[in-house]
Amino acid sequence: MIRVQNLLKTFGSFTAVNDVSFEVAEGEIFAFLGPNGAGKTTTIKMLTTLLKPTSGNIELDGLDPQVRQNEARKRFGIVFQDPSLDGDLTAAENMEIHGVLYHVPHKLRRHRTEELLKLFELWDRRNDQVKKFSGGMKRRLEIARGFLHTPRILFLDEPTLGLDPQSRNQLWTHVKKVNETERVTVFLTTHYMDEADRVAHRIGVIDHGKLVAQGTPSAIKEQTGTSTLEDAFLTLTGSTIRAEEANAADQMRQFAKMWSGAKR
Amino acid sequence: MSVIYILWLRELKRYTRSRAQIVASLGQPLLYLLVLGFGLGPVFKRAGNGNYLQFVAPGVIGMSVLFSSIFSGLGLLWDRQFGFLKETLVAPVSRLQIMIGRTLGGATVAVIQGMLVMTICLLAGFRPVHFFLIPVAMGFMVMIALLFAALGMAIGSGLQDMQGFQLIMNFLVMPIYFLSGALFPLTGLGMVLGYVTKADPLAYGIDGMRNVFGSPMAAFDPRVDFLVLVVVAAVFIVFGAWRFNKIEI
Repeated sequence: MIRVQNLLKTFGSFTAVNDVSFEVAEGEIFAFLGPNGAGKTTTIKMLTTLLKPTSGNIELDGLDPQVRQNEARKRFGIVFQDPSLDGDLTAAENMEIHGVLYHVPHKLRRHRTEELLKLFELWDRRNDQVKKFSGGMKRRLEIARGFLHTPRILFLDEPTLGLDPQSRNQLWTHVKKVNETERVTVFLTTHYMDEADRVAHRIGVIDHGKLVAQGTPSAIKEQTGTSTLEDAFLTLTGSTIRAEEANAADQMRQFAKMWSGAKR
Repeated sequence: MSVIYILWLRELKRYTRSRAQIVASLGQPLLYLLVLGFGLGPVFKRAGNGNYLQFVAPGVIGMSVLFSSIFSGLGLLWDRQFGFLKETLVAPVSRLQIMIGRTLGGATVAVIQGMLVMTICLLAGFRPVHFFLIPVAMGFMVMIALLFAALGMAIGSGLQDMQGFQLIMNFLVMPIYFLSGALFPLTGLGMVLGYVTKADPLAYGIDGMRNVFGSPMAAFDPRVDFLVLVVVAAVFIVFGAWRFNKIEI
């Protein structure tokens, strides 16, 4: 379903993603793990047409997202690291706009919206403004919205960041359910190793832009001779903390936290 | 078409739902209108230029349209990181449609804001020569709104942080306002100030409204006002679309 070959992305002299190749089969849940600044988000951006690769090939459901951009876009849904809902609009209105943007016919749009909002336990709150939602509810709505146009692939970029264990647990239960019922391929990133261990069928570990390991969680643990995925991850990527300068986005995130009372 | 419509509708819904913000945004124009209108009135009259309230009302209307429209574009800074923009950028629609939808939405909101301020001006004692000229003045508001919504879009597409926003505010938006002749007549200025004000597109919008309303001290021919606005707006819309197309997130 996703095929990446020799993917390379450089920003000036800095190589963010260095010769990465992997494949994700249809219906699989693939977790992409790595320390901060390892190249996870850059890879997702390239997979989702937001960034052009310097070189290498990408195939989504057999399509090159660079060449047939709009067709490729219809085939995936994405939940970004930072929120992308309109807080002034209601849950139903956010779904409605998404449906129009993805050319989902009116009737089907209504039907899918009801189905998904019920599945993600948001139907009772459909006419409330999204800014009144909790962090977990917003996340669920974003995922429900990502499914509205029946994508074949769902990208989740750190979807559980800042959520409490209850919300995280519930979120993964929903994602697993949709993965099974709609046979959607899921590509996710997370910093919570226990989640990856529990949810993902296969895992790829990226560090300094290079893919350092891939396989099932148990294979990776076996390979490193460790008992938990967290230990395996630390063995693979080392325990030094990555020096990363705060960029403009981080500064604004800080600002947003101050103003919104750190709701997420 | 439906994409442009729904993005336009979104801007309107957001506007009508933020009542507190609407009231707050009327504060500044009201201050200019009342404090300057009544404060500078006697001096203006003694200088033989007529009624200052009649003069300043189109300026204050122009100011509210300017702020409202240019902010709709500068909001991209915030929207790109924490808002809805990314959602639209990965959708299977062209960037041009998104840009047009947002610009039209921002411009519509700005015109509504201008109409609100005009109503306040009328309540404060502002009297156009004929009330049936109000729709013509609205035409000028639409031009100002489109022009600056597109400019805001062009600038907002490249803004990276809050400091940049402050810079634009202090070195672009405020000068555009103060040099537009919103508060003082554009006739008989010194050479430098004369040229600078002539380079300010808002000057033509406000002057156009003065011509239509029959306010004292209009500086240009209304046809010149109209022509300049149309040309500059067209250029800014193309520029805005080009810049918007270049956004990377």
